[in-house]
Formats: sequence, C-alpha cells, structure tokens
Amino acid sequence: MSGIHDFTLASARDALKSRKISAVELTNAHIDAIERLDGQLNSFITRTPDQAREGAKVADEALAKGEGGRLCGIPLGIKDLFCTNGVRTTAASKILGNFVPPYESTVTANLLKDGAVFLGKLNLDEFAMGSANLNSAFGPAVNPWKRKDSDAKLVPGGSSGGSAAAVAAGLVLGATGTDTGGSIRQPAAFTGIAGIKPTYGRCSRFGTIAFASSLDQAGPMARNLQDCAILLESMAGFDPRDSTSVDTPVPNYEASLKRGVKGLRVGIPKEYHVEGMPAEIEALWQQGMNWLRDAGAEIVEVSLPHTKYGLPTYYIAALAEASSNLARYDGLRFGERVSAPSLDGLYEASRAAGFGEEVKRRILIGTHVLSSGYYDAYYLRAQKVRTLIQQDFLKAFENVDVLLTPTAPSGAFAQDEKPTDPVQMYLNDVFTVPASMAGVPALSVPAGLDARGVPLGLQLIGKFFDEETLIAAGHAIEQAAAFHHRPTIHAGVSA
Amino acid sequence: MSLDAKTVTRIARLARIGLKPEEVETLGQDMGSIIDWVEQLKEVDVTGIDPMIGTGLAKPRLREDAVTDGDCRDKVLSNAPEREGPFFTVPKVVE
Repeated sequence: MSGIHDFTLASARDALKSRKISAVELTNAHIDAIERLDGQLNSFITRTPDQAREGAKVADEALAKGEGGRLCGIPLGIKDLFCTNGVRTTAASKILGNFVPPYESTVTANLLKDGAVFLGKLNLDEFAMGSANLNSAFGPAVNPWKRKDSDAKLVPGGSSGGSAAAVAAGLVLGATGTDTGGSIRQPAAFTGIAGIKPTYGRCSRFGTIAFASSLDQAGPMARNLQDCAILLESMAGFDPRDSTSVDTPVPNYEASLKRGVKGLRVGIPKEYHVEGMPAEIEALWQQGMNWLRDAGAEIVEVSLPHTKYGLPTYYIAALAEASSNLARYDGLRFGERVSAPSLDGLYEASRAAGFGEEVKRRILIGTHVLSSGYYDAYYLRAQKVRTLIQQDFLKAFENVDVLLTPTAPSGAFAQDEKPTDPVQMYLNDVFTVPASMAGVPALSVPAGLDARGVPLGLQLIGKFFDEETLIAAGHAIEQAAAFHHRPTIHAGVSA
Repeated sequence: MSLDAKTVTRIARLARIGLKPEEVETLGQDMGSIIDWVEQLKEVDVTGIDPMIGTGLAKPRLREDAVTDGDCRDKVLSNAPEREGPFFTVPKVVE
C-alpha cells in the first residue's frame, strides 16, 4: 500500500472518517515501520503492538457506525514520562525500570477517550533532564536526519528525543512531549517537526512523572501545526486533580490556522542576538521576519532585559524542584531497591544504583541550593529574578502579540560532539528557557536546513492562553517555508 | 571553583545518594563550575521584588472534605520491591 506514510495526522483522520483506510491498516503499517526502523533509532523504550491492534479494531467498529472521537484510530507514541495504566513507565531511568503504573495520566486518558491508539512508550533523557537524549538508561534515541557529508549519528535533541525521532521518521502520526525548559521545542527543531509548549496550566500534570513542577508542561509534537493543534485540543483542559490546572475553556485550535497574521505585531527581542550564534541561524531568523512581514504582520523590536539571567535562574529553580520531587525514589514503595542493613543505607544504595550521572548531579546541586545557609542566596534570589523575567514578557506583550526567535543556537549535533562542560550543554536551551520561566506558551516550527542539510526551527512565544495566535503565526511561517524535506531514515523511503 | 570533598559528601548525605570516592572529585568540579556560573545572579538588583510563586493563573480551589479515592490497597502495593502481606517492608529502624 503506497502513500500510507505520506499521511499527516489530519489527512489520516479524514481518510479514516471517509473509510478510505481502516484503523487496523493504518496501525499495522506503523507497527511494521517501527519493526523495520526502530533498531536504528531506538526511539521506543516499550512497544505495545498488541494493545495498539486491539485499539484499532475498536476504532474501526466506531468509525463504521459513523462514531468515534476526534482521534479515532490515530496511532500515536507516548513519551515514557506519562503514566499509562498497566503499561511499564520508566522515565528512562533504571530506578523505574520495572514500574507499572496502576493508573492513567490525565493527558493520555484524554487522548484515549478521543479514540487514539498508542504504539508504545518513547525514549527521553532520564527524568526529562537533558537536551540530547544521551542521558537515557535505555540508550540514546537517534535523530533520523544525517548530515549530507557524513554518516555520524546525530542527537534528536531532548528531553523528548524519542518523541521527536519517531514523529520525524514516520513511525507515529504524533506524539506527546513534555517541556520544562525547551524539551518539546528544541527536539522538534532538531528533527524538522512542529511542537507546542502550551501555557503553564493548560494541560494537566496529573500522572506525568515530575521533574520541576512549576515548569513542567505537556504538549503535542507532530509533523505540522495542524496536527499539533488537533492533538492539543484533546490533551488540554481543566483537571481538578492538578492544583495548577487553569479552568478556562479549550478553544478550537485547528480553526485558528486559518486566521492569518494581517495586522499582527511580531516582537523581535534584541537580547536574543547572542554572541557566537552561527550566521545561518541569524539569517534564518531574518528570513522568518520577512515571511511574517510579507504575510501582513508588522515587525517590532522589543527588549527582554533579563534574558541573560534566564538560564542560571532556570538551573537553580528547576534543580531545586527536582531534588525535592525525586526524593520519592527511596527504594521502598516502588522502583529499584538495593538492600542494606540500615534504612539510610538502603536509601543511599538504591538511589546510587538507580539514578544516572546527570540526574545525580542535578539532585545534588538542587539539594545544595536549598540547604541551610544557601536558600536565600540562591533559591530565593532566583525566584525573585524569575519575577523580573516574567515582567519582561508581560511588558513586551503590552506592545506586541507574539515574539519571534530562533528555537536553538545550532542544528542537531553528533553524539560524540556533546560538550563535556555541563554549562556548555545547558546553552542549548538559551532561547527556550525564558518562556518556560514566565509560563507563557511557545512553539517551534521547521523553517529550513542548515549548510550541512540538518533542519533548523523558529520559535514563537505568545501571551498566556493565546495558543491560537501562536498557531496562526506559526502556520504563516509553515506556509512560507514550505518545509517538505524528509530525513534519511523514514518509513516512506523504501530501502 | 571546585567544591571540596567534605562539602560534596555532606550534600550527598542530605540527598541520600551514596557516592564512590572517585565520583566525589568529578562531581565537586562539575558542581563547582555550575555554582560559579549561577553566581552571576548576584549582579541583579532584586530590591523590593517578590519571589515568583507559580504563574498566578490558577485560582486556589476548595473542595468538599470527602473521600474521593481509595480502597485500592493491592494497586498501591503492586510496585513494592519487597512486601509482606499488606505491608511495605523496611530494614529494622528501632533497636
């Protein structure tokens, strides 16, 4: 059956509704693609083909009656940070290597209620801590893109690297991601797909394994913004089980694609012209401005004066919260246990064996900045700077509707080009972290290829709960960029 | 500046993470360079600024004080690494 891997989520939905294809056919084609290609990509930690086929059968019965939710029969992948009832959920950590949740996260429950079919659980950086998916206890996920002059394995970005790789390679029609400081947007940019980090409080955090609770936000990753909009509409919504969930109606995000950008004021934060940024990324950014201007938007320079403090503030706030959240992995109630004669000895041995290097480093720094005598100097000061960062955005949005920036300061790098200095590694997130700190929504869309043939993304940042304007502006870039390139490893490319 | 072994060991003890001697030195260097880097926040004037607590978007909510969940003991225990009947087991903590 040719063309099945050319479907977007939206076109597959339409083909299912009009019965041009069955959910079982669609699901089987994706299961086959995973079997063929995932040995190279390692994007899945756990595959659930039997459950997927069962779900597809149920979907076909509903579709035959003209029923079924908005995602009826659509095969998706789920980042292995969302608890799935009865299906192992690891957070890519050894400490949760055999954890089988007895309940379902709200986001995945919403997708299932709408008829989605889950193909399995996708790879990530351990506890979502990383920007290259190199910190997984299950081995790194690999970017399906290659440089045109080299066969070196590239990273898919992180932490939602498995989600990004699986979507880009056509193994799933869409995936869930989570974004704490850029973990949806940066991997989306690295793999030539679209991803949305919604406003903090838009998607419930219930049942999503916590990294930094004041920043973690679930969002969709898919091949384009229409697909992301369809997924977001299903994932989002008020949940009484998450005290930070905001009770505001979920709009029709798909409809906002058609809005256009005429008269829209697009802000260009001057502080994002960072030192040492590659010329081709500056050029792509300029190109993005031209595209939006040509589509009828007005480009305005704005200032976000505290931009340079975004990353250090993030690494204090996020790591402090991580040290607190990860205290629950004690080897007693769930997860890996290493026996020892004393209770403290059991904690220390279990946590030493169960956590990877980067997770330990982050817990220790978080513990340090929260410890007696340092709390005011580090944590409290960082939370005050965070207020200033948020005020920068609120002030900018008095004058503009969205902000346009590059998503990341480089394209995907090779696995062996990972910086050894952790601070250098953190710079990957320099453009994505500030929006996370402020809680405002942001997205990444593919906008072009770099000189070596690897995708680059542009980021749009919006006002609280104005994902619709973001999607409208993002779609204008999509239309102008006409990004139809495919990665080297793709389900639709015959060997 | 690298954190000394004593400090790293003290923090690791607070976090209940057992470290091997060779890990202490590397972690001391890494943590030291990250701490040095975040020191730049000291140059920001935060006089009169309140710390950001949440985004201020979610309204505090009250609900009726009633049981909404429970009666699922086996589910709660289903991932226990070691258990005895309906109990989690721990090493002896009282002499």
